Amino acid sequence: MFARLPDLKERAVVRLTVDGRAIEARAGESVAAALLLSGVLVVRTTPVSGAPRGPFCMMGVCFDCLVSIDGEPNRQACMVTVRDGMQVERMQGARKVDP
Amino acid sequence: MRDSMIDVAVIGGGPAGLAAAATCAEAGLTTYLIDEQASPGGQIYRAIADTPVADRAILGADYWRGEALVAAFQRSGAVHLASALAWDVTPDLEVAVSVGGGSRFLRARRVIIASGALERPMPVPGWTLPGVMTVGAGQILLKSSGAVPSGRVVLAGCGPLLYLLAAQYRRAGAEVALILDTTPAANFKRALRHLPEFLLAGSYLAKGAELLLSAQRSVEIVRGVDSIVAAGEGQLRSVRYNVRGQEREVSADLLLLHQGVVPNVNLSMAIGCAHDWDGEQLCWSPRLDAWSNATVGGVAIAGDGAGIGGAAAAAERGRIAALDAARHLGVLSEAQRDLRAAGPRAALRRAMRGRRFLDLLYAPAPSFRVPADNAVACRCEEVVARQIRDCVALGVPGPNQMKSFLRCGMGPCQGRLCGLTVTETIAAARGVAPGMVGHYRIRPPIKPITLGEIALLPKSEAAIKAVARG
Amino acid sequence: MTVADAVIIGGGIQGCSAALHLARLGAKAVVLEMAHAGRHASGVNAGGVRTLGRHMAEVPLAVAALEAWHRIGDLVDDDCGFESVGQVMVAETDAELTRMRSRAEDLSHAGFLHEEPIDSADLRRLVPAVADHCVGGLVARRDGAANPFRATLAFKRKAESLGARVREGVRALGIERVPGGWEVDTDDGRIAAPAVINAAGAWADRFAAQMGDPVPLQAIAPMLMVTAPMPRFVEPVVIGGGRTLSFKQFRNGTVLVGGGHRGRADRASQRTVLDWRELSVNAESACALFPIMRTARVVRAWAGIEGRMPDDIPVIGPSGRQDGAFHAFGFSAHGFQLAPIVGAVIADLVTSGRSRLPIEPFRIGRFRAAAG
Repeated sequence: MFARLPDLKERAVVRLTVDGRAIEARAGESVAAALLLSGVLVVRTTPVSGAPRGPFCMMGVCFDCLVSIDGEPNRQACMVTVRDGMQVERMQGARKVDP
Repeated sequence: MRDSMIDVAVIGGGPAGLAAAATCAEAGLTTYLIDEQASPGGQIYRAIADTPVADRAILGADYWRGEALVAAFQRSGAVHLASALAWDVTPDLEVAVSVGGGSRFLRARRVIIASGALERPMPVPGWTLPGVMTVGAGQILLKSSGAVPSGRVVLAGCGPLLYLLAAQYRRAGAEVALILDTTPAANFKRALRHLPEFLLAGSYLAKGAELLLSAQRSVEIVRGVDSIVAAGEGQLRSVRYNVRGQEREVSADLLLLHQGVVPNVNLSMAIGCAHDWDGEQLCWSPRLDAWSNATVGGVAIAGDGAGIGGAAAAAERGRIAALDAARHLGVLSEAQRDLRAAGPRAALRRAMRGRRFLDLLYAPAPSFRVPADNAVACRCEEVVARQIRDCVALGVPGPNQMKSFLRCGMGPCQGRLCGLTVTETIAAARGVAPGMVGHYRIRPPIKPITLGEIALLPKSEAAIKAVARG
Repeated sequence: MTVADAVIIGGGIQGCSAALHLARLGAKAVVLEMAHAGRHASGVNAGGVRTLGRHMAEVPLAVAALEAWHRIGDLVDDDCGFESVGQVMVAETDAELTRMRSRAEDLSHAGFLHEEPIDSADLRRLVPAVADHCVGGLVARRDGAANPFRATLAFKRKAESLGARVREGVRALGIERVPGGWEVDTDDGRIAAPAVINAAGAWADRFAAQMGDPVPLQAIAPMLMVTAPMPRFVEPVVIGGGRTLSFKQFRNGTVLVGGGHRGRADRASQRTVLDWRELSVNAESACALFPIMRTARVVRAWAGIEGRMPDDIPVIGPSGRQDGAFHAFGFSAHGFQLAPIVGAVIADLVTSGRSRLPIEPFRIGRFRAAAG
């Protein structure tokens, strides 16, 4: 749905995983941008109804792009810059805790 | 970060914050700029220091004006706390700051809040679907990642930003399929008596005309759209809209919504500053004196967070607030402050010329502010407008009392995306003015921080004081 | 001049409950509320419906109130969000556990069987996410929690439907003794009634003084925090044995963390002042009992304004000095659960001069020496 312009200034490639799948981003990008640019439109389902949500405002206002980053839930993907080795997980509705 | 006393804490790194911090630091004050973004510029000049967009023509001259502000800030000696969230300010002006998962209190003698603007919610049915975003979001993706949409794109709403993004996309070689303009036809008549002042402001007109012509050459524009529905199962597939009684539908991969910007008042509200309903800008604005001081002692508010005026005005308002802070702290006399403020005040008057015309012309239609029964008003708690109306019928008079019934405004966004919608919907249902209905009582932390982080806050007497709330 | 059977000062849940019970007995009360019903302590507390760990003097009232909560719909035509999820008090040390066991024994000797000691295995069955070091506790299985603002509003609406008048935005300015009763001056006229009931919460000492019953009331601001939704990990309300902690996860996953840590209250502006140093202690306690909470995101913190008495139990009963004057205040941050029964007791006192339950420990006269 989004693509990088062809003639951008060079930025280092950053590798992270989304639900275990490897994706590539560019240094300086937000996690939300990295997800959208690798075709991940739905980043979570809501705790209330289980409805799918994706990044909406990209400026830290709407809290729709909440994901789990390196094991910490409810992080704003649009406010966190990508890092090599980062593990991003999409959040699924009202999960039960693991026993 | 230690718990030592600084002179001025400036919160927010957009034009107002950058100008305020630079002015304070140049006056010899120990100044910290606390900003949530990783690099300075705020949203209007987002990523200006590190955007990957190489072709400067794409983002346009207005964007690059921010470079001078950032350069002046960087020269000034002000300390930049980047990726830092100011989540509370106590009555003793201790600023609670979260950086890298840890919080500290930064004690300041003056605080200047420059929290900027956020996009007014546009709660159309289906706006929670993945594939629906805001025009601002599209622009942020372009500025910070050089990203443009690759599918079928529809822009909808009203206001200059809609056409600016269309122009930026066109210059970047990205295609916009359709613009749905929701500006009510009646607005022009209402705005007309402010047209002469607007014409005097020359530059607006030239810019506006250029944007419009640019859009018209490349995009189909439908004017007078009076309802919009984002449709699709699990993801946006099409946009249905109504124009002059005619229902139409277009397929779409991305719908970008926008109907202007409003002050971001969560921090100023949370720390107890008085706010009033602005009947022309249709939003809450903090109550300020002539030097931008709020009703909470030691706190000033500058830039769009104090009422929408745009980037040029924001920088001047930042300078004016900073000069008064310098006067309070004794590095400028009253006469010196007045003398130095003359230039910024004149520039501010120029920058604000024509603003009322724009406010009235682009005032979003009531039907896009007070949503249809089936539209989600509160995205966090998934509350639809009908539930709000039912609650009013039950005798619930305002947004705070409604929380107990619907939880609207109690989610993580702290009412940022639903506050105006809920207030205006209750007001309309009760038949009273929004100012009578009031806004959510905003509570700190103004953005969620972890319990673990709170548990690790310094517990010594000196480090922590208290915060006034309503 | 308006005339009523009783004037109730304060539209919190106690005032609304008194109005409701009076109306059931045929007495029409006017409730004076300076803001809106439930604006302060009644509407913003943790909603705990707790008999567990009560002061011994409160146990008979709390046990009776719990029965009312289990049939709350019959009383107010609304379930008030009440859920009987139980309340568990956690012992972190053997010494705490021993104290809890002897408490349960004392209660059972007095004829109260609602608190049961539990061992480590029982605790983990009830609260699987509790930290490893916890050794057992006490459980009150029929306790639970309700939605405080919704409950207050339900009491108010039911009272109104039975003929009470709740006047919101009307401030009581002063009380005056007149032949045959009282006159209450407000910022919207005077009201006369044979009985006046002081249910003014954190503001009640002013009216008590005017009735000739000065009391050492302290306005406090107990603080609460609530988190973003977490995976479901705890069903009952949990309170600390050795720490001041109360802990409740709602059905939607959000977690309420409280425990009576205090901010500052400003009665004049009706505003509260949070104290992060205290909340930090509260957060540390929650993380210690529930390690899973470390990454929970706190969405909001707030405080309500409440009246506290030096001995941490309320004032309930007739004035010590004047006929036709009654008090129900000073609940010291644990009055919400008692409301259904306190209203009934006050209505008894107003209409018959007797209480159905023992209220001697709550008499206002106990402060006479202290207040001079």
